[in-house]
Amino acid sequence: MDNRPLEYDYTIAKMFMLTTVLLGIVGMLVGVILAWQLAFPGVNLMLGEGLAEYTNFSRLRPLHTDAVIFGFTLSGIWATWYYVGQRVLKVSMAESKFLMFLGKLHFALYLLVVVAVVGSLLMGITTSKEYAEFEWPIDIAVVVVWVIWGMSIFGLIGIRREKSLYISIWYYIATFLGIAMLYLFNNMAIPTYFASGGIGAWYHSVSMYSGTNDALVQWWYGHNAVAFGFTVPIVAMIYYFLPKESGQAVYSYKLSLLAFWGLMFVYLWAGGHHLLFSTVPDWMQTMGSVFSVVLILPSWGSAINMLLTMKGEWQQVAASPLIKFMILASTFYMFSTLEGPIQAIKSVNALAHFTDWIVGHVHDGVLGWVAFMIMAALFHMAPRVFKREIYSKSLMNTQFWIQTLGVVLYFTSMWIAGITQGMMWRAHDEFGNLAYSFIDTVTVLHPYYTIRAVGGTLYLIGMFLFAYNMYKTMTSARRVDESELQTASPMGA
Amino acid sequence: MDIATIQAYAYFFFTAFLVVVLYAYIYHLYSSQWKGKRDYEKYGNIALHDEIDDQPVEQISKNDDKKVGGKNE
Repeated sequence: MDNRPLEYDYTIAKMFMLTTVLLGIVGMLVGVILAWQLAFPGVNLMLGEGLAEYTNFSRLRPLHTDAVIFGFTLSGIWATWYYVGQRVLKVSMAESKFLMFLGKLHFALYLLVVVAVVGSLLMGITTSKEYAEFEWPIDIAVVVVWVIWGMSIFGLIGIRREKSLYISIWYYIATFLGIAMLYLFNNMAIPTYFASGGIGAWYHSVSMYSGTNDALVQWWYGHNAVAFGFTVPIVAMIYYFLPKESGQAVYSYKLSLLAFWGLMFVYLWAGGHHLLFSTVPDWMQTMGSVFSVVLILPSWGSAINMLLTMKGEWQQVAASPLIKFMILASTFYMFSTLEGPIQAIKSVNALAHFTDWIVGHVHDGVLGWVAFMIMAALFHMAPRVFKREIYSKSLMNTQFWIQTLGVVLYFTSMWIAGITQGMMWRAHDEFGNLAYSFIDTVTVLHPYYTIRAVGGTLYLIGMFLFAYNMYKTMTSARRVDESELQTASPMGA
Repeated sequence: MDIATIQAYAYFFFTAFLVVVLYAYIYHLYSSQWKGKRDYEKYGNIALHDEIDDQPVEQISKNDDKKVGGKNE
C-alpha cells in the first residue's frame, strides 16, 4: 500500500447515485404518462394501435411503481448507505478489497435485475401481486443482491473504528432485515412448469397462499414495503444529512432511539388497515386500525426531532435550498404519517377505500418525503464525492418551488377527487338505490385528473432540473477544497 | 371462561405490559445519563465529526483496533 493518506472511497456510492437519477426519471416519466392516460384515455394509444400492448395503463402501471420503489428509492438508499456507512463507522471501503468487490458485484447484479424487471414487466409477465410483480427467477436474483448488501453492511460494521453505531446505521440495518423477511415470505411461490411436469411457461408461478391468507400476507408485505422502503431508510438519511448539512447535532439522541424501537414494534402490525371491510377476521382489521393510529407517535418522534434539530438555526431554511428540501421532506413526513392513520380509521376508510384519496396519500409521502429527502441527500453528497461545488443554487431553488407546487397540485386534486368519489359511490335514494353510476363519477373527476397530471408533470420537470444540476456538478462546477466541505455544502450561484 | 373473555384479558394485560416496557425504556435512557453510565447525547456527534481522521466518539478498544483495516494492507 502506498503512503497516501486514507480517504473514504465513494466508487460504489457514485454508481448508485447515477441509477438513482436515471431510474427516478424513468419511474416518474412513466407515472406522468399514466396520469395523462387517466385524464385522456387516448394517450393509451400514443404509439399507435400496434404498440398499444406496451403503452396501455395496465402494462405501464407496475413499471411506474416498481421503477420508483425498487429503482429510484432503492438506488438512493444504497447510494447513501455506501456514503453514510463509511463516514459514521469511520472506515473506508478502500481498506477492504473484499468489501469493494462485494460493492461492485452488488451494483452489477442490481443492474441485471433492473434489466430483467423492465423487460419482463413490459412483456406483461407478472405474478399480479402489487409491488411484488416479479416472477420467481427474478425473485431469486433479488435475494442474492440483498444478501450481498447485507454482507456489505455487516462487513463494514465489522471493521469499523467508531464503536457505537450511529442511529442511521440502526435504520439501515432495520431496512435490510425488514425487507429480507417481508420479501421472502410474500414471494413464496410454486413454479408451475416444474411442479406440473412441463405445463406452461418455465418462469410462471402461483403463490403459496390463497384467498384471504394471500391478501393478508400481501398487505403485511405491501404496507411494510412502505415501512422499510419508504420510511425507515429515509429516516436513516435525514438523521445523518440534516445534522451534517446544518452543523447541528440531532436535537435528542434519546428520542431518536425511542422512536426507532417504537417504529420497529408498531409498523409491522398495521398492514391490516389495507383490508378493512374485507373477509379478514374483524379483530385483525381493528388491530390494523389501532396500530396505525399508534404509529403517529414514533413517526412524529423522528419528524419533530428533525425540526427541533433546526432550533435557533431557522435562518438556514431561508438561506439554503438544501435545508429547504430536508425541512419540507420532514414536514411532509409528519403530514403523510398523520393522513395515513386517519385513513385507517374504519369510518374514514369506509369512505376513502379504493378512492383517489389513497393515491394522493401515497404521492404526498413519496414525492414530498421520500424523493425530496433522497434528492437532498444526493445534493449533499455531490460536492463531497466529486470535489466540486453544487453547480447552481438558483436552479436548486427553482426545482424546489416547481416540485413543491407539483406535489401540492397532486395531493389536493386527489383529496377532492377521492372524497367526491367516495361520497358519490355511497349516495343512495330513500329506497336504497344508488344515486350515481360509475361513469357519473368519472365525468365529475375529469378536471381533477387533469390537475394531477399537471402536478406530476411539474414534478418531472423538477427531476430534469435535478439531473442537469447533478450532471453539471459532476463535470464542470468549480473545484473545492476539503476545508469547504465541513458543514454546509458549497454552491455556485 | 370462553375464548372471547380470555382474549379480552390477554389484550388488556398485553397492552399494560407494553406500556410498562415503553416507560421503562424511557426511564432507562434518562437514568443511564443521570447515573453517569452512558451519555447518549454525545452519539449525535458521530455524524458531525465523521472525517476519517477525526477522533471516534467512542473508540473500539485497543485489542479490537488491531483488526481494523489490517487484513488487506
